[in-house]
Amino acid sequence: MIKFILGRLAYLIPTFIGITIVAFGFVRVLPGDPVLLMAGERGMTPEHYQDMMARLGFDRPVWQQYLEYLWRLLHGDFGNSIVTKQPVLHDFLTLFPATLELAFCAILIAIAIGLPVGVLAALKRGSWFDQVTMTVALVGYSMPIFWWGLLLIIFFSGILGWTPVSGRISLMYYFPTPTGFMLIDSLLSGQKGAFSSAASHLVLPAIVLATVPLAVIARQTRSAMLEVLGEDYVRTARAKGLTPSRVVGIHALRNAMIPVITTIGLQVGVLMAGAILTESIFSWPGIGKWMVDSISRRDYPVVQSGLLLIAGMVMIVNLVVDLLYGLINPRIRHR
Amino acid sequence: MADTTNSATPGTRRQMLAEFWFYFRHNRGAVVGLYFFVALVVVAVLASVLAPHDPILQDRSALLTPPFWQQGGNVSYLLGTDAVGRDILSRLIFGARYSLFIGVVVVSISLVGGIVLGLVAGFFGGWIDTVIMRVMDVILAFPSLLLALVLVAVLGPGLTNAMIAIAIVSQPHFARLTRASVLGEKNREYVMAARVAGAGQMRLMFRTILPNCLAPLIVQATLSFSGAILDAAALGFLGMGAQPPTPEWGTMLAESREFILRAWWVVTLPGLAILITVLAINLMGDGLRDALDPKLKRS
Repeated sequence: MIKFILGRLAYLIPTFIGITIVAFGFVRVLPGDPVLLMAGERGMTPEHYQDMMARLGFDRPVWQQYLEYLWRLLHGDFGNSIVTKQPVLHDFLTLFPATLELAFCAILIAIAIGLPVGVLAALKRGSWFDQVTMTVALVGYSMPIFWWGLLLIIFFSGILGWTPVSGRISLMYYFPTPTGFMLIDSLLSGQKGAFSSAASHLVLPAIVLATVPLAVIARQTRSAMLEVLGEDYVRTARAKGLTPSRVVGIHALRNAMIPVITTIGLQVGVLMAGAILTESIFSWPGIGKWMVDSISRRDYPVVQSGLLLIAGMVMIVNLVVDLLYGLINPRIRHR
Repeated sequence: MADTTNSATPGTRRQMLAEFWFYFRHNRGAVVGLYFFVALVVVAVLASVLAPHDPILQDRSALLTPPFWQQGGNVSYLLGTDAVGRDILSRLIFGARYSLFIGVVVVSISLVGGIVLGLVAGFFGGWIDTVIMRVMDVILAFPSLLLALVLVAVLGPGLTNAMIAIAIVSQPHFARLTRASVLGEKNREYVMAARVAGAGQMRLMFRTILPNCLAPLIVQATLSFSGAILDAAALGFLGMGAQPPTPEWGTMLAESREFILRAWWVVTLPGLAILITVLAINLMGDGLRDALDPKLKRS
């Protein structure tokens, strides 16, 4: 197992270097003077310009600049935002819990609904339940989620007035946020109504973000179940008189879960892309909105490092999924 | 003899098509999707004939007119007008052009690029394979929309750059699929036979092996087609895709955001157009997979 883990880690290193090259190169291919872009100032004095150029390292050969960039990254220096003047890493860590909370709730919804629906659809193959749920799943898979979010706002916030339109919690409440997760912090604060306010802010964005993963998980679970149900060992289990629930629960489901877990792992990238849109629609103060805002504000140090941090995070999650996969499926581990 | 793979006579080819159609027809959703898609192509081609108005002409006397069946509606603007008095129906009709165009361009670029890279990687193996696939891994490590956004930030907002960005992001899927199929095919007897018969490397790659790798690529192409439409609309929605007043569906949505609680039609209709188009293409994709790849058959 340790060999397997080390092998996976070694596999990641070239990809990680590739990602740093993309992030490093990004600023250099932007149209315009990189010094001015990274400093975010116009009308600099020539002395200041020289100073900035030396500080940002643009006066040295490119390979040297890259090595220095890597060196700074390894020391946790991701540069400073032009707009907030804060270290990018600090901003990232402040905003990340919001995205994590949203993404976690979304994937929870997707799994909680998608798995049982997929299993049931496979068991009742060809029934109206199968046909209806799979049609709905395909609609969900085809959904432009930015539009879906607007529709939900029109209906639940505009017409019914049930949910707020944006933000994470009503401005009425103010309490310390030790964990950064609004649901937990609002409970810890002990303020009346704070939790329900946080939950009502979260529900629509979580549904929107869950839509595509939910559809993918339901479809994938169904087809994995169908495949497994046709296997000989399931027929054997049935033939030796096991109860249907045991056959499905133990023999079929376990094996069907293997491709489904991969699919769930792959949703991390989908969730990050979805978070960009969802957070923009609901003004959710997470890293997706932060990236979009930084791109339109031309806050390039943030775009550069945000890109790197997000890709690095997706990579790490994929690694964890890979390892989990090896844990439940020995065949992969020993290959 | 080098033509072993190409020995399909017109008769068997017709038979293959008939078989394909037989399976495809079996999937009712796929047929509905196909009909809708064909209708959409017709609408896109005949947009200038079908559209009742100029899609960017502003009628200052009819701002935010509701659809004709609602009070205050007007038959000359069947689906109403937007905030600056442009006919929504006409904009939707012309939008079909952009969406299909985006899909075709993105899929063509990424398909050709992915096939060439995947073929080279799979066929030659060794360090070429490693380098190509590693670069693909790097592209895949970024969430696609984020990378597309940043690429557009580099290239500058606009439809052309959005299409290039989306093509770059979706291309690794084709490369990986092609490579996987090539690895499965390249040691088969027919390839060996062609090689022994003296076929050159180019011929082996493109004429002997490639045709046998096409089935999964066609399915992936339909998925990428609908994905490209969604991504381009998302970029348009974020203000990084097609720029106003282009009647692109995502851009239309972006312009209409502030009216969501006042004029439902401005928001609902462009999104519905995106949804139905993407759904139709995905339905077709499901049918294609069923028909082309019996192993993956779902129902």
